[in-house]
Amino acid sequence: MSERFSELERTVARARADGDWRPLFRAIPYLSFMGLEMIEDAADGRLVCVLPEDPKFIGNPLLPALHGGVVGALLEAAAVIELMAVQETARVPKIINLTVDYLRSAKPVRTFAQGSVTKPGRRVASVHVEAWQGDRAKPVATANAHFLLA
Amino acid sequence: MADNAGTGGVAGFDPARIEEIINRGIPHCGELGIHVERIGDGTCCLRLDYQERLVGDPASGVLHGGVITTLTDSVSGMSVYMALKKFVPIATLDLRIDYLRPSTPHEPLFAEAHCFKTTRQIAFVRGLAYNNDRDDPVASCAGTFMINSSDTPPLSGRSKQGREAGQ
Repeated sequence: MSERFSELERTVARARADGDWRPLFRAIPYLSFMGLEMIEDAADGRLVCVLPEDPKFIGNPLLPALHGGVVGALLEAAAVIELMAVQETARVPKIINLTVDYLRSAKPVRTFAQGSVTKPGRRVASVHVEAWQGDRAKPVATANAHFLLA
Repeated sequence: MADNAGTGGVAGFDPARIEEIINRGIPHCGELGIHVERIGDGTCCLRLDYQERLVGDPASGVLHGGVITTLTDSVSGMSVYMALKKFVPIATLDLRIDYLRPSTPHEPLFAEAHCFKTTRQIAFVRGLAYNNDRDDPVASCAGTFMINSSDTPPLSGRSKQGREAGQ
């Protein structure tokens, strides 16, 4: 593999240095399509990933509820961002697997997600993620994901 | 739809409605342009054509994992309908996805699922996502679903709701 950082890795390095993840989201088409944003947790300053309210994310219009895949995508994005924010290198982690538990029906409203690295290994990292809407104490979904770092 | 064989003959169950549900009943599937490739007994296969806006790695053009999650969650739910042979409210309890290799840029992504067991309340599903070669899958998935998860009528094209009344 080349020693030079890719364009994406340079974007990651800059985002980690200045705390502004918007250029990375703009650089990744799917994250732009999702309209993802980052905010800082008022309590502890950690990163929170935000999915905006948009009818295109609805999976069940009769409940109504967000599509489970969209919730999964938000959880995955939050897990990757948290890992990139805390790891030493600019390399973009590769997802190995993702297990999502859907705890309650997610309303088609603004949804938040935050990851925490449960095992920051050298080759593989584990990340736990929670997604919530109005009440943080009542997550709509949680996930565990493994990433390959090397 | 290429092959609708083996879908059973439960009165009032019209397997062709799977296509309406995907195309019009689930807004996010409509937004992504997901199509039904085929259905069978307890099985379903969906197709998503390659789109630049769904790319997760701009350098390689590989699709984002979230797209695979959405396609596998959708196809898993449809396979539950094909196993139950009725349209009742269902909800994903959990879904595990193993990402086996990057999705090949510019190739369509297929996902197929088999609901291999249902109990009164729970349905068990496993599935695969692949590009043009089914023997070289992009992802595998396993999920469980709650059956009769709400009192709300199941997903339906709005114009077709009357058809549900007798079920």
